Amino acid sequence: MTITQNPIASLSNAGVYRDSKWLVRGIEFDIQRGEIVTLIGPNGSGKSTTAKMVLGLQKPSEGKVTRLQGVRVGYVPQKLHVDWTLPLTVRRLMTLTTRLSGSEIAKALERTGIAHLVAAEVRHLSGGEFQRAMLARAIARKPDLLVLDEPVQGVDFTGELALYELISSIRNELGCGILLISHDLHVVMAATDQVICLNGHVCCKGTPSAVAESPEYMKLFGTRASSGLAVYQHHHDHTHLPDGTVRHADGTVTEHCHPDDGHHDHGADQPKTTDDPSHA
Amino acid sequence: MLDDFFVRALIAGIGVALIAGPLGCFIVWQRLAYFGDTLAHAALLGVALAFLLEVNITATVFFVSATVAILLLLLQKRAGLSSDALLGLLSHSALALGLVVLAFMGSVRFDLMGLLFGDILSVSKADIAMIYGGGLAVLLILISIWRRLFAATVSPELAEAEGMRPEIANIVFMLLMAMVIAIAMKIVGVLLITALLIVPAATARRFATGPEQMAVLSALIGAVAVIGGLSGSLRWDTPSGPSIVVAAMVLFILSLSSAIRRLTKRSETREGLLK
Repeated sequence: MTITQNPIASLSNAGVYRDSKWLVRGIEFDIQRGEIVTLIGPNGSGKSTTAKMVLGLQKPSEGKVTRLQGVRVGYVPQKLHVDWTLPLTVRRLMTLTTRLSGSEIAKALERTGIAHLVAAEVRHLSGGEFQRAMLARAIARKPDLLVLDEPVQGVDFTGELALYELISSIRNELGCGILLISHDLHVVMAATDQVICLNGHVCCKGTPSAVAESPEYMKLFGTRASSGLAVYQHHHDHTHLPDGTVRHADGTVTEHCHPDDGHHDHGADQPKTTDDPSHA
Repeated sequence: MLDDFFVRALIAGIGVALIAGPLGCFIVWQRLAYFGDTLAHAALLGVALAFLLEVNITATVFFVSATVAILLLLLQKRAGLSSDALLGLLSHSALALGLVVLAFMGSVRFDLMGLLFGDILSVSKADIAMIYGGGLAVLLILISIWRRLFAATVSPELAEAEGMRPEIANIVFMLLMAMVIAIAMKIVGVLLITALLIVPAATARRFATGPEQMAVLSALIGAVAVIGGLSGSLRWDTPSGPSIVVAAMVLFILSLSSAIRRLTKRSETREGLLK
């Protein structure tokens, strides 16, 4: 987390043109060491395409994408289908692209909470277990850049919070840059340094609280605001701590969550909280 | 010992099975069965060209198969056609070209049946040397790209993102396939090469718990099929190539029933644990 001059990856005015339309255009951001960058946006807004540009899987049709030489990448793709014909245990999945010792494998699986599944066949895992295995595999590589495309899909709510907590502690431990794709602003906001809201272009970006308050963001998600969950997510800027106090997005801790200023009360929904990186 | 044609056939057949097994696993994993067929059809064109130009058959078959494989890769990148349409196009174009070229050589005494179904009983000592020499090279190269190729098989994107260069592994794999087809053609013939690649691998899948284990198992199962098939062909005077494939098929069917038995046994123990 010491070097901040040279970003691990940098996109400047990058865009992808395919099948006579722009999937994304004018994407501009850097990923520094020790930084968590979160991409949010509706379906088809170009989140995965942007991640693929960062990974070098998708060449930009315009603009530039640069990555530091020799950067070690860990990737959790959005989808991965393991065919029946492939006999693949979790242990073998772990060593797919890296040689690892048994203890390294055990340690990584321990951290994502599935150490007991080391000998299980991958195709027998549940959706959540599979995501945990994929995350364990990516972090066991000790990457410089971790790209996580909706890493908590299929993981239950408590598990989701624990995994986000793990992701932020991985960042602190390895000092790696993390690009996180999420459609769930609600949880991501606490741990992330920079939120980039995409809708074919960078709609707005900045710290989580700045993005949540920006008019572009409100406009983008405004049409969905009638659904209770969306409103709930977007107005959520505080966290209920286990001791009953409330931590706000700016890091202050108070007794109550000020229900009169438009915030919803949702303490019962949140059994566990993520660590704010600014305190870490 | 090598003076006996049957012993030579056995040794040659086992050699081919040992190479075909591990490569066949990738054919099964990557769903490339039709690719194997395409290369085999290209092999026929290779043989025809070798006769026409009076050059080494195995080398020509390798060259033509490799060309078709590379052509496929190029077309996949360029053309808008789907892979199976491209494979059909290349496969049947090569086959038709081969048959046309063959027709030009009416005067050449040509054993078409031997080409289609293999002629393992006429294997020479030089053939054996080539099978084991070439086979050893194929296996060593395969081992050297194994990790990359397997990662590319599980997920090309993941492999590429994490610096495994999957495209290189895939090109090398296609060249290895062309080599194996060139080597194996004489043993089971053009029509049945794909079977020798796929059937032992499919049989091994039922017992394997890891990819490496499956590769070794399918090599061994292929060797057993060769021994069984050749013995059967000697005993009942059946064509050797097809007999080997029939033996492989019998092993597959046996594996089905034993797998079923194993499954029922497992569920019984699970029930026992619950009690």
